[in-house]
Order: sequence, then structure tokens, then C-alpha cells
Amino acid sequence: MTDKNCELFDCGHRACGGCGAALAARLVLKGAGENTIVVSSTGCMEVFSTPYPETAWKVPWIHSLFENASAVASGIEASLKKQGRTEKVVIMAGDGATFDIGMLCISGAFERGHDFTYVCYDNEAYMNTGIQRSGATPYDASTTTSPAGSHSFGNKRPKKDMPMILAAHGAPYVATASIAYPADLMQKVEKAINTPGPCYIQLHAPCCTGWGFEGEKTMEIAKLAIDTGLWVNYEMIDGTVTKVKKVVRKPVEEYLKTQKRFRHLFKPKRQDAEIALIQAIADRNAAKYGIDIKLKKE
Amino acid sequence: MLKITEGSIAVADAVRLCRPQVVAAYPITPQTHIVEALADMVANATLDADYITVESEFSALSACIGASAAGSRTYSATTSQGLALMFEVCFNVAGMRLPIVMTIANRALGAPLSIWNDQQDSISLRDSGWLQFYAEDNQEATDLHYIAYRVAEDPAVLLPAFVCFDGFILSHTYEPIEMLSQEDADKYLPKFEPKDRLDAKDPISFGMYATPDYYLEFRYENDKVLKDARTAIQNAGKEFGKMFGRDYSAMVEGYQLEDAETVLVAMGSICGTVKDSIDEMRAEGKKVGLLRIRVFRPFPSEDVAKALLKAKRVAVLDKNISLGAKGAVALEIKDALYGSPVPVYDYIIALGGRDVRKKDIREVVALAEKGKGDLFYGLRTEVL
Repeated sequence: MTDKNCELFDCGHRACGGCGAALAARLVLKGAGENTIVVSSTGCMEVFSTPYPETAWKVPWIHSLFENASAVASGIEASLKKQGRTEKVVIMAGDGATFDIGMLCISGAFERGHDFTYVCYDNEAYMNTGIQRSGATPYDASTTTSPAGSHSFGNKRPKKDMPMILAAHGAPYVATASIAYPADLMQKVEKAINTPGPCYIQLHAPCCTGWGFEGEKTMEIAKLAIDTGLWVNYEMIDGTVTKVKKVVRKPVEEYLKTQKRFRHLFKPKRQDAEIALIQAIADRNAAKYGIDIKLKKE
Repeated sequence: MLKITEGSIAVADAVRLCRPQVVAAYPITPQTHIVEALADMVANATLDADYITVESEFSALSACIGASAAGSRTYSATTSQGLALMFEVCFNVAGMRLPIVMTIANRALGAPLSIWNDQQDSISLRDSGWLQFYAEDNQEATDLHYIAYRVAEDPAVLLPAFVCFDGFILSHTYEPIEMLSQEDADKYLPKFEPKDRLDAKDPISFGMYATPDYYLEFRYENDKVLKDARTAIQNAGKEFGKMFGRDYSAMVEGYQLEDAETVLVAMGSICGTVKDSIDEMRAEGKKVGLLRIRVFRPFPSEDVAKALLKAKRVAVLDKNISLGAKGAVALEIKDALYGSPVPVYDYIIALGGRDVRKKDIREVVALAEKGKGDLFYGLRTEVL
């Protein structure tokens, strides 16, 4: 067990107040522990944590490029193996680096079976460059490259199912997690780093700046994503779902209306048809993963 | 003992003797024989390395970054399109000061697709901060690998290095080659023990971002250390000569230069043809010489200026073209000779594997004597 009181992601970094990614870094390292080498992709987390000559990382850390974190990690793992060293390699990359530009390197590294844990902190768009859509952006979210307008409800496509893609690569451990459930997240990280082979954790990490909400609401909104079924926390071992976070589901609009990126669904006019489509996504998630807690009739 | 060996196999064998711990490479013609040979060595435990069979050249060099930063001697090889795919990573490696050595089996860049030799690929990475060595023959190609590691890993340098040798012309040619023994290689090339590496016992951050307050200084230091690497290159080359009898201390090499009126300047395997041609012309009383550039980065401007001081004219054979300008070697030579009255004529030659023979070298010399230069040599007439 790693020491959960140990802070390996230090204070003094430049993240926004209420940043989900900063909390993600802190919690992931609590799960991983001191004997860890972190590889970051280019992105918000890299920028806010390492403006030269300062660093927030109290573990060895490397950033090379936007799209190559999993290839860099492959090299580190090979080197450690040859040197007989015991450090665990943990990648921390955003959803743009993971779902989009890094896909080739990720596929290669997972297929080769390197021993590392890939944590995608998923804030559902390119936040560092100014909130452009990525393959992780949810249906109808307004971003600067998928703006809502007179002929648009925002992002036209649902989120890519990245965990299933990596499970299909034969990853022995794949999980989704949320910063709203820190104990669950830390356990999953610990499990992943102790599972030989390439493991993947997709971590929901709301971005107050990009999604449009006040910084003190981060945890509340992360929890609402789970409570509405728009984000499902689960664990897959060798391709089989073994554990799912069950909820008493709330309607999706309780989540949507908290964020400016979905405001066009309510103002100037309520878009019932679109909200219904998003509700259908949550319903499909619920059916697929069996997240609904059935309350007994009183 | 001399042994007749294919260039690629000899290079792979030299790499084995350098004891890299991690090799990451992606197959591409004409580099394939090198990486196949290395894979074979790993499979038969004659090389104690982890061979990462990456899915692209981009990942090959990225994996090398991780392995090198974690403290392992690291190797890759590529060419042409593969090197172009590594463009972004190449700049990153140099900026992070990681002493990765990579063989370039020089090949043309598309479009149109060509698998044959010229030097456009490595020349196009001239601004990336890597040391660039160019071999004339396969003996030199193998020897330059020990030297490249020794210079790259020198604590005063810590920069990556390309060892360039012409694709097919050298890589697929059998030549008699003297290989070092493992004992000698170990004596020449000590174990890689970097002061800074990724280590949980002593955490550091690699590859941070720099604001405008710092970026300029990083680039200054990168440039300075590359220029200063000259001393390390000369020392490493001299030491190699002392130990094994083949001295590589000179960054440029002259052939029949002393009284030469026309001096040809070139890099790589073409220099062999040039030397043969010079021998013929000398026998006819023509005062022709060659200045061969062995190290293109850092560029040895002072050596070049000194060597060309007494020339009446300089004819540069460029196996590359900076489209819209001139050949890259000619541009450097002109810069080195700035203020000198010696005319420099540029000849874009042998692109995409077009064969160059002794008669072509004689023709270039004749053109230079007539003051005709800055042209593509040997074009098919239908494009004129």
C-alpha cells in the first residue's frame, strides 16, 4: 500500500482554482507512490506544473512532445528493465493527446505490451489551446471549434470509446475513474501499476474554465456526471467488466444545465429533442453497464 | 584482420560493440539490413539490449528519448521518409541534450518516391542540433559510430549524433573492413553513466517549458555546445587514431589540395569517385584537389576557409538542394569564404540515386574552369 498522506504533486503550480487536472495529478501520485516515473504529454498539466525553472513534481518527470508519451514510456520501461530497476512508469496525458494525436503511439505501445500505466485525464477538449473539440468531447458540447450557433448544437459526435479500444489491444487492466471518487481512483491506480503489462485508466477531470462553471463546483459536477449516467466508473480485467459504480440516476439535464458548454440547449430556447438525445446516451450507458440501482417501491 | 562485409552488417556489428542497452527502430529501405542484423543479435544474445519493435519512426526516436533519459545508451537507425517523420522528435532530442546515436542510410525524399541515395534527408535536419558525421566508405562508417558515442556522451557535449552513410552505395556494398575487438571497443568507449537521469531516488524534471524569459538562453547554449563539440570531436578522433591507427581528428580532409587550382568539395561516398578522377586528371597535369567534409554539424568553417585559401576556384558537389536557394554545402562554403575572392560554383548532382562516374567529375571541373556553375548537373535534355 502506498502512503496516501504523501504529497508528490506539490503546491505552487499554475493551474486554475478548481482545476480537475491538478487534483488528478495529486491523486494519481498518491495511488502510485514515490517509486514512480511520470511521463507527461504536452498540455495543460505539463504547462501549469513545469514552467522553467520551477516544477511541481516530486517524482522524476519527463515531457517530450504532444503525441509521444506512450513511446517515451516504452523506452523508459525498456531501459529500467535492462538496468534491473524497479520504478513504475505512469503516463499522464490529456484527452487530446490520448484520443487524437497520440493514438498511433498508444496503439503501438499497448500492442507491444510494455509494463506501464496510462492515465488519461479527460477534460473533454483541448483546454491548453483554448477549448477546441477533441475525440473525447461529448455530444452537443459547445467548444471553440464546435461552437453552438444558429445552425449548430455544438459537437456533432459522441465521445470515442477509448477504454474499449485499449481493451481490444489486450490490455490486462482498463478502468474509468473520476476525481469525485478519490479513494476509488487511488485504488485503481495502485491496482494498475501492480498489474504487469500496459494498463489504462480514463479519469474524468472537469475543467471549470473550459466547461464554464465556478471553480468550487468541480467535485459536484464530476459527481453529477456519474449520477446522470453520462460518465460510468468501471473496471475491466482482461476485457471483461468486473466492477461498476451503481447510482440512482438523475435526468441528464441536471448535469447539462450546470455548464456553459451546454447552455445553448436551454437558452434562448429549450431544445427538448437534443436533450432527449443526450438522455438516450445516458440510458444506453446505463443498460450497457447496468449502473441503475433499482429502488424498492415503498 | 580485414573481413569482407556488407556495409549495413558492419555498421550493425560496430553498434553491437558499442553495447547499446536499448535499440528502437522501424524498418525502412535501405536501412533494413542494419536493424535486421541487430534484431538477430538480440535474438541470439550476442547483443544484450532490449529491441523495441516500434510502430513508426516517430515512436522509434521517442522511445529512444525515454531510454536515454532513464540512463541507457540508446541507438536507432533510419533514412529519408523515416527521418522526416522524426523531424519533431529530432529537435526535441537535441534540446533535451540526450546523447542518442542514429545511423542514417542516406536516401532521397519524396515526392516523387525514391528509395535511392542522396543526402537530402539528413541535410534537411541540419538545424535540429544533432552532430552530423558523413562517411566516405564502410570502414569509416563503422569507426564513426564509436566516435559518435564518445563525443555525444562527453559530459561537455551531451548532444545526439547522426552517422550518415550513403544508402545502397555504402549500405549494400561489400568492402574489406577492420572491426575492433570488444575489449578495444570497451577501452575506447567507457560505460554510459549520465549525471542526470530519471531516477526515483533523485527526482528531476526533464523537458519543461520555457517562457520568453528563458527560451533564448536555451537556444544559445544548444548552439554553443554544438559549436564547442569541435574540441571533443578532434580529441575523440585523435584518440581513435592513437589506439587503432585510423585518425579521425580532422573535421575536413584534403586530397591533393596543396597546389590545387580547382578544388572540389563533397561529402560521403562520392569522394571515392572524385579521388579516382583527380588521379587521372593529375596524371594529365591538371591541378585538381578535393576537400571532403566529414563533419557537417558543427560546420568547420575555419578549417574550410583555411583549406580553400589558395584555390583558384571551388566546385561544390551537393547531393541535396535547398529548393529556391542552393545546395546546403555550397551555402556553407560560401559563408566560410565570405570576403574571399575565390569563386564558389555549386553543382546539384546525383539526386535520387543518379549514378556519378569519373567522367562526370571531369565534366564538373571543366564547367568550373569555364566559370559555369550553380546548376543541376546531368539533367535530361527534355526538361531544359
